[in-house]
Amino acid sequence: MIGALRALGRKALGFCERLGRAHVFLAYTLLGVPESLYRVRPLFYQVYAVGVLSIVITVVSGLFVGMVLALQGYNTLVDFGAANSLGIMVALSLVREIGPVVSALLFAGRAGSALTAEIGLMKTTEQLAAMEMMAVDPLRRVIAPRLLAGVLALPLLATIFSAVGVYGGYFVGVGLLGVDEGAFWSQMQTAVDFQNDVLNGVFKSVCFGAVVTWIAVFEGYDTLPTAAGISRATTRTVVNSSLAVLALDFVLTALMFD
Amino acid sequence: MLQSKAVEITVGVFVALGLAALFVLAMRVSNLSFASLGNDAFYEVRAEFENIGALKVRSPVKMAGVTIGRVGAVEFDSNTYNAIVVMRIDKHYDRIPDDSGANIYTAGLLGEQYVGLTPGGSEEFLKAGTTITQTQSAVVLEQLIGQLFYGQANKDRDARQ
Repeated sequence: MIGALRALGRKALGFCERLGRAHVFLAYTLLGVPESLYRVRPLFYQVYAVGVLSIVITVVSGLFVGMVLALQGYNTLVDFGAANSLGIMVALSLVREIGPVVSALLFAGRAGSALTAEIGLMKTTEQLAAMEMMAVDPLRRVIAPRLLAGVLALPLLATIFSAVGVYGGYFVGVGLLGVDEGAFWSQMQTAVDFQNDVLNGVFKSVCFGAVVTWIAVFEGYDTLPTAAGISRATTRTVVNSSLAVLALDFVLTALMFD
Repeated sequence: MLQSKAVEITVGVFVALGLAALFVLAMRVSNLSFASLGNDAFYEVRAEFENIGALKVRSPVKMAGVTIGRVGAVEFDSNTYNAIVVMRIDKHYDRIPDDSGANIYTAGLLGEQYVGLTPGGSEEFLKAGTTITQTQSAVVLEQLIGQLFYGQANKDRDARQ
């Protein structure tokens, strides 16, 4: 009994300690962000690694998500004779929720795990320690450009996701199901507001980008320097950042769309 | 590892793609094309209604079925207990008679509500700040159904007598 309580207490303390370390880590990394803004070469390479390499998966998933939305939405809407509102349904759900969230989940799986593994391996092979020996701050030179790249890349990916998804929905709704093309676009344009819907969605994905990349680089930096440690850290990145995205999405939605 | 030139080019393409997607969302998906016209692209006309039903800001203002503007604001006048609808009409349509009537219609049985203008015969035209006096309120479906039942009940009673 005492043993179980003690184990629980240790878990809780360990969790708090880790949370604190993550914040200190973030604070020191943020100090390096201005520097990596004008040191563009590494930043470009990181945007390439997390952003450009994620385009294909984002476009393909966006297309299919939009197509499925149109297919399912049509089945429900047609019962009410409101199939012309299909465009509204597809566009609003993509721009507000599904675009930012699903692309953040894909980003966590595609780019976040890679970041964790890369940094974890750097730590395991003592490259980070070697940098510190040479008075080069790894937080500034290694972590900061990666964090910044994630924050920059995810909004772009989410926007691409939403735009492609709308065209996927258009293809299925207008092309296959026979919804009127004019009604599809014009009702969409009446209902979707640029500032309230599109820009809020972009803002959401900025937040998701920051959180997912933060978790990814921290898990990599904090990994146990063993093969098993890296594997656990990578798993934790995907699990934790997916949970964080979904929970944060609820909070952001509650704050934005009343 | 890629050459740094290739990295820069692909990153450039990536950023351009992202911005293009945002442009598509702005112009094709959302209504920025109309909202971005700015302050000098429309003029504001007011109209007082007893009941506006479900009319909302950004609902269309139509004339002969063509959208010529949008509802810019909906206010409540606490003196007359009426609703005041501020309509923003595109500057292109500046030859609307100032005794035109404004009605609130519903697109379809359950569709969105919009303001429909019917032209009058005046030689003077609507301009910024004019108030449209000839107005007709929205048809509230519940009231209509209530009246129908009430009328039916009266008829039944008359028939029995």
